[in-house]
Amino acid sequence: MLPALVLLAVFTFYPVGFGTVLSLFAYNLRTLLGMEPARFVGLEHFRALRTDRFFWIALANTLQYVLVVPVLQFASILLAVAVNRRLRGITWFRAAYYIPVITSMVVVGLLWRWLYEQDGIINYALLSLGVIARPVSWLGNPNLALYAVMFVTLWKGLGYYMVIYLAGLQAVSPEYEEAAMLDGAGRWQIFRHVTLPLLRPSILVASTISTIAALKVFEEVYVMTGGGPIFRTFTMFFYIFDVGFQKFDFGYAAALAVVLAAGIMVLSAVNFAVFRRGGYEYY
Amino acid sequence: MARHRAYLGTLVLYLGLGALALFTAFPLLWLLGTALRTQGRVFGFPPPPPWPMGLDNFVAVWRTLPIPRFLLNTLLITGAGVGANLLLCAMAAYPLARMRFPGRNLVFFVLLATLMLPSHVGLIVNFVTLTRLRLIDSYAGVVLPSAVSVFGIFLLRQQYLSIPQELEDAARIDGASELGLWWRVMLPLIAPGLAALGIFEFVAFWNSFLWPLIVLKSPEKYPLAVGLLYLSGLFAHNTRLIAAGAVMMTLPIITVFLFTQRYFMRGITLGAIR
Repeated sequence: MLPALVLLAVFTFYPVGFGTVLSLFAYNLRTLLGMEPARFVGLEHFRALRTDRFFWIALANTLQYVLVVPVLQFASILLAVAVNRRLRGITWFRAAYYIPVITSMVVVGLLWRWLYEQDGIINYALLSLGVIARPVSWLGNPNLALYAVMFVTLWKGLGYYMVIYLAGLQAVSPEYEEAAMLDGAGRWQIFRHVTLPLLRPSILVASTISTIAALKVFEEVYVMTGGGPIFRTFTMFFYIFDVGFQKFDFGYAAALAVVLAAGIMVLSAVNFAVFRRGGYEYY
Repeated sequence: MARHRAYLGTLVLYLGLGALALFTAFPLLWLLGTALRTQGRVFGFPPPPPWPMGLDNFVAVWRTLPIPRFLLNTLLITGAGVGANLLLCAMAAYPLARMRFPGRNLVFFVLLATLMLPSHVGLIVNFVTLTRLRLIDSYAGVVLPSAVSVFGIFLLRQQYLSIPQELEDAARIDGASELGLWWRVMLPLIAPGLAALGIFEFVAFWNSFLWPLIVLKSPEKYPLAVGLLYLSGLFAHNTRLIAAGAVMMTLPIITVFLFTQRYFMRGITLGAIR
C-alpha cells in the first residue's frame, strides 16, 4: 500500500495544496531553474485578474461552453431510454454509440476539422438539403466556432452518459411505469413524471461529471481551433495551459487554476441542489 | 392487426436506432474511407467516393513518417501505465479491504476525498515537481503522476471485500504466508476486477494527450496521440496520410473494445457510482 500512497501524496494531494500556495507567489521559469527565489506577492495575481482582458474572455467562453451540458444530458437520457429494451442486436447499437467515447480526442478533433471544411461533407450535405445557401466556415466563423466545437463534445459524450443512464434505468423497477400505464398515463407523461424523477440520482452524477468536463474543456479546442477565431473558443483551461506551459508563468497559472477550481465547486453545488432529491424516496 | 402494428413499431425503432448509429459511426467510417482512398481529392462537391481503394497510404505512413516510433512510444507508455496501475492498486486495496490497522479509516476517507479534488490544479505543480526530479522529457515523467488511480483502488477493494473469509482462513491453516496468500489466493479471485481496471487504464493511457504534450519536449519521444497532431501540422496538405495514421491509432482500441464490451460498461458504471 505504501508505494501507492507515496505516489498519490506526491502527485495528487501535494499539488492541490502547493498549487494554492503557488498562486500567492511570483514563480516563473527562472524560479524553477533556481536562478531566482520565489517572491511572495499575496493576492496580487487575483487582483490582476480583474483587469485581465483574456481572463474575462476565457471565463465568458467557458460559461457558454457549459450550455452543452443540459443538451447532452437530455439527449443521453432519451438515448438510454431508447436502448433500454430487449431487442435483437441491441448490444451492437449500444457499441456503435459508444465507439466515439473511446476514440482519441486527437483523432476526433482532426476528423471533425475535416468534416467541417468549407468544401467538406457537412457543407455538402446541408447544401443538398437546402438548409444553407452557401458553404459555411464552421470553425472559422466567430459566431459559430464555439458551437461547432460543442457539437463535437456532444457527439463524443453521448455514449458515455448513455451507459450511466442505462445503469440507472436498469436499477429502476418496472413496476412504477407499469402502474402509471394502468392508470392511463401516456408515454410522454410516464417519461416526464415517472422515469425522469426516478433517474435523478443518475442525472446528478452524470450532470456533475459533464459540468466539470465542460468547465475544463481543452483538447477539443486545442486540436480544432487553437482558441480562435479571434479568441471565440479561448477557454479557461486553454488560458491556464497558455500561461503555464507556453509563457511559464506558474504563479499566475496557479491563480487561474484556483479560480477555475472555485467555479467547479460552485457549479457542482448547484448540481447537487437541483438534483439531490429524487430516486425511490421521492415517492 | 395489432401484430402488424407491433411489427411496424419495431421497424420504426430499428430505423431510428440505425440512423443514430450512422450519426455516431459515420465520421469514423469517413475517416476509414479517406485513409483507404489511394488517389484524388479528399474534399469537394460532391464528396469523392472511397475508391480506388488500397493500403498505399498505410504503407507510405509506415515507411516515411515516424509513426512506428510513435507507436512504440505509445506501447511503452501504455504498458508501463497499465502495469503500474494493476500492481499498485492491487497492493494498496488489499490491506484496505482485508486487514485491520490503526488509521485505516483515515486512509480510506483521504482517498475518497481525492476523487473530489480539482485535478487540474495539480497540472502545474506536477510539472514543477517533475522538473525538480529531472523527469521532464522522460517516459517516467509521463507515467508516474497517473501510475495509481484512486478509482482503481476502490474498484479492487470492492472485489477483495467479496471474497469469503473462510477461504482466507483455510489458506492460513495450510500455512500460506501473507505474501503467498495475496499472490496465490487473492489475486486470482479478483481477476475480473483486474481485467476491468486494465482495460480502463489501457484506453486512458493509449489516448492520453495533454500530459505527454506538457512533459515531453523531444518529438522522438511522442506517443501517437501527440505525434499525430504534430505531423498533421507538418503535413497539413496531405490529409490521406494523416487519416491513415489516425486509423492506425484507433483500430487497436476499437478491437479491444469490441472484445471486452462487458467489462467496459461495468467499469464506467462503477466509476460513475464509486
